[in-house]
Amino acid sequence: MAFAGRRDVPEPPDFGILKRLARDQLIYLLEQLPGKKDLFIEADLMSPLDRIANVSILKQHEVDKLYKVDSRPALSTSDQFCFLVRPRIKTMRYIADIVNADKMSGRSRKYKIIFSPQKFYACEMVLEEEGVFGDVTCDEWSFYLLPLDEDIISMELPEFFRDYFLEGDHRWINSIARALQLLNSLYGPFGKAYGIGRCAKMSYELWRDLEEESEGDGQGRRPEIGNIFLMDRDTDYVTALCSQVVYEGLVDDTFRIKCGSVDFGPDVTSSDKSIKVLLNAQDKVFSQIRNEHFSSVFGFLSQKSRNLQAQYDRRRGMDIKQMKNFVSQELKGLKQEHRLLSLHIGACESIMKKKTKQDFQEMIKAEHSLLEGFDIRESTSFIEEHIDRQVSPIESLRLMCLLSITENGLVPKDYRSLKTQYLQSYGPEHLLTFHNLKRIGLLTEQSAGETLTAVESRVSKLVTDRAAGKITDAFNSLARRSNFRAISKKLGLIPRVDGEYDLKMPRDMAYVFSGAYIPLSCKIIEQVLERRGWLGLEEVVRLLNGNEFSVSGNAGLNGNEFSVSGNARLGAGGQGAVGPTALCPIQTAAWRTIQPGSPSALSSLSSWGAAPSLRSLRSGSWGRREGASSSS
Amino acid sequence: MSRARADEEEYWHSSKFRAFTFDDEDDELSQLKESKRAVNSLRDIVDDDDDDLERVSWSGEPVGSISWSIKETASSSTSSLESRDSSLQKGSSSYAAFPKQVSSYSLSSLFKGRNRLPSFQSLSDALSDTGVKNYAPELRRPKAEYKDYSSDWSPKDTVRRMQRGKICSLERFRSLQDKLVLLDEAVAGHDGNVITAVLIFLKRTLRREILFRELEVRQVALCHLIHFLKETGEQKLLLDLLRFLDRTEEVALSQYREHLNIQDVEKRREFLKGCIGLPFSAEDTSHIQDHYTLLERQIIIEANDRHLEMAGQSEIFRKYPRKASILNMPLVTTLFYSCFYHYTEAEGTFSSPTNLKKTFKIPDKQYVLTALAARAKLRAWDDVDALFTTKNWLGYTKKKAPIGFHRVVEILQRNNAPVQVLQEYVRLVEDVETRLNLATKYKCHDVVIETYRDLKDRIQLTAYKCKVERGSAEEEKINSVLNNTQIRWKN
Repeated sequence: MAFAGRRDVPEPPDFGILKRLARDQLIYLLEQLPGKKDLFIEADLMSPLDRIANVSILKQHEVDKLYKVDSRPALSTSDQFCFLVRPRIKTMRYIADIVNADKMSGRSRKYKIIFSPQKFYACEMVLEEEGVFGDVTCDEWSFYLLPLDEDIISMELPEFFRDYFLEGDHRWINSIARALQLLNSLYGPFGKAYGIGRCAKMSYELWRDLEEESEGDGQGRRPEIGNIFLMDRDTDYVTALCSQVVYEGLVDDTFRIKCGSVDFGPDVTSSDKSIKVLLNAQDKVFSQIRNEHFSSVFGFLSQKSRNLQAQYDRRRGMDIKQMKNFVSQELKGLKQEHRLLSLHIGACESIMKKKTKQDFQEMIKAEHSLLEGFDIRESTSFIEEHIDRQVSPIESLRLMCLLSITENGLVPKDYRSLKTQYLQSYGPEHLLTFHNLKRIGLLTEQSAGETLTAVESRVSKLVTDRAAGKITDAFNSLARRSNFRAISKKLGLIPRVDGEYDLKMPRDMAYVFSGAYIPLSCKIIEQVLERRGWLGLEEVVRLLNGNEFSVSGNAGLNGNEFSVSGNARLGAGGQGAVGPTALCPIQTAAWRTIQPGSPSALSSLSSWGAAPSLRSLRSGSWGRREGASSSS
Repeated sequence: MSRARADEEEYWHSSKFRAFTFDDEDDELSQLKESKRAVNSLRDIVDDDDDDLERVSWSGEPVGSISWSIKETASSSTSSLESRDSSLQKGSSSYAAFPKQVSSYSLSSLFKGRNRLPSFQSLSDALSDTGVKNYAPELRRPKAEYKDYSSDWSPKDTVRRMQRGKICSLERFRSLQDKLVLLDEAVAGHDGNVITAVLIFLKRTLRREILFRELEVRQVALCHLIHFLKETGEQKLLLDLLRFLDRTEEVALSQYREHLNIQDVEKRREFLKGCIGLPFSAEDTSHIQDHYTLLERQIIIEANDRHLEMAGQSEIFRKYPRKASILNMPLVTTLFYSCFYHYTEAEGTFSSPTNLKKTFKIPDKQYVLTALAARAKLRAWDDVDALFTTKNWLGYTKKKAPIGFHRVVEILQRNNAPVQVLQEYVRLVEDVETRLNLATKYKCHDVVIETYRDLKDRIQLTAYKCKVERGSAEEEKINSVLNNTQIRWKN
């Protein structure tokens, strides 16, 4: 449907296989513990699990009761416990406590831990330390990839961002490599692999390494994915930090899309109940407006509801036979459409209400000034007032980070004053948040020694190439300068507007931000694919701190692009920050980007950042529109 | 009806792109409302049955979804799920015949199996037409695994095997040289899980000073160890390591972080007191000091106010009972609280707003915003007035604000201030356009009329006449302005 407009774009591969695989493996694992059992599920695995299985499937495989893994001790009479968990040390201790409590009271049960997507040695170490190693059996549920839509696959790894970018822990790289291996064997072989960023490069190398020893029996098949593109999240923070103004983006902003679905509350449903709605290409209303600028959505919905009205009105002049036809053939479809229409109209209404209440207009204006580098002082005082009024702590941080990245750090005086006011407004413990953001390079203070940093960045570049990467990270925080202005100038990311930017017939991808900014990540992919490599982009690569690669495979006849990116939803806070990794297919011109999934917020603070923005970048409509306009 | 529709039609066809603003509330919302009415009017024909509506429980989860069931188990642990899913046939699964072999490790090397099992029906069916190999999990433990303990894998092979989830004994890496080669191989292999596994082994078999020394020149491995220590909560070792590395600020932050785990406020306060001496930057030291002082204050205020509230003597507490305790709240919230409950107190008391302002050097802007919000909430319009009134040396009063008056208006409006109060501040908004917008939006007719008069804009003023009530004082005022021959209209 999304590709109907372009003849040169092939159908996306059938990603449903991934779901069936995951489901079948889970069933197999459950069968490994024959008989009735209680299943304990980690909270953030519940939504992904819901997408591939349901209660009746679990029950068919003798799951008796379901529990959420949390701190409460389990009261259950079952003889067998099965834990479906992420490989986390906290969870291991929770399980060990249950086992040890049973031992103390002389109860004997069977325990099985199923790790998703893989087991970590550190987890086994904890089980050993707690004295329950051997009492529990461990398995891995290789659920690496969850298709969220026809053209979006997510790894649903909420902790990736924090683990890799903040802590410098490489533990998820293996999972990414295995996900690539899975994709390659199901839909490959990939024609060509491109990438940029250190994590992208490591993931690629580990994947090749894994691939080497498995026999290549995918040969001779018609590859369904032409190219893959791996990209680190920190290549392009700006895209994730801007407010998106397309429908899907605003829905996410307002209601939070989790794992491809959203909870519409009573104010949207105009009834007393909430409805969980799956937002994907199957939703015929949604699929037509998801990538449209919000201003076009009203017109569309109003047109649509008048059409619907007309359809219903037709039944007035009907005789019995026609009526019968109408009821049997059309009514169901009309009803479905009616239901969807009223939901999305309700959602629009809620969004409008919320956005007019906040100073959304002013906020967007501030964002745009920051992107263009004008009126920095004014934007800074806007942010300051935002903080003083205790408006959303996440939004305040987001704006500060945008200021920092676009300006290569805050002026020390501003940094101090904004930080002080932030701590006063939202709590002193956010001292830890600021420290984390500084370390990760999202919110920094301009230093006096500019020249020094340049030298260090060069040194770090030299060192990076050494295989062991022994000293690299020491310089990393210094090398991670954003160079935003230089890059955006080089790639023309800020469209020059003569007169009004036409949001209904946009001329570039910037329309997702009301014409203010072309997403860097998408621009890079476009450029690299056009050139079939990095040739001619040397300056951009240098500004992005290198680590680019492009490797040709054997066959590449298919036009599907796939992009893998260390994606983010970032939180800060002393308690937690999170970020998933995501995979996404990119149609040749239709920029389908990333669905990073539903990172659960570990702290109240952590649910801001990249995920929502990137989601709306799936501006498939851009590609379609381009196709349409060039043919007309 | 049809007329209106035709008009609307025309509107949709004729209107070209207009700049979209979220401030265009009226237009866009009315349009939405229109669509909504249209759709809702259909509801009675449509809603006769809910067949394609998902069944949703009170919590909003679709009935039958896993998240929903878990909530159910939590709420009523006695009721079994069985009753709900009684229609399900048990044991009808096609996997029932699946061979049950014990395999605890080899599953990790999934997606390699070539063995096509007849029982894996749906899976092989699904895959056979796409010509993909069979992805059954590897069922047998590879023979090679039995060799692990006896054979001598090279460091590189050891790492490779571990990356694939296979068990490897590390015990034979006994010389420091061997251990370090192993660690470097793990780092070169890019798999953090393996790096951590090797580090666990090194931590167990090396004296910490030696381990620290070697990690200092291996930054990637060092990050892994630090993260591991954070996760397992080995705080003491972590601090030793950070001290060894001379990362004093991180030592301080890491200790400060612990306060989050202390629930008891007295203990937390004591702990924070101890944090003041930690090696923070000068700037952060003052933040920590403030944190301590704030909590100390809050403890005093909380004790006093709880007492006051219990006694029931104080009118404000009777009229507006406290919804939550003030403990551990941010400074601005504390200020709001004290502006709400203790506004008139003398500066000497700990709970007075002025005292807070002084102690924590709260900027004027911040203070005014907060005080305004608190007093407006209480509808104490005199206090609001006093907040912005300044006297000059001649005794004239003047309204001044460290924030824009449009902001003041917004806060007042949100607290349902009466038009008389509102218009006084709308009048003070400097930017004419903003002033007109706000005045129109909040129906401050006098301000609108005066502004148009000052702009000498007869057309707009005449147009505004139809927005005020027929025969009202406002209409009269407009008429008298329009009839005023002194004004030299610009149009």
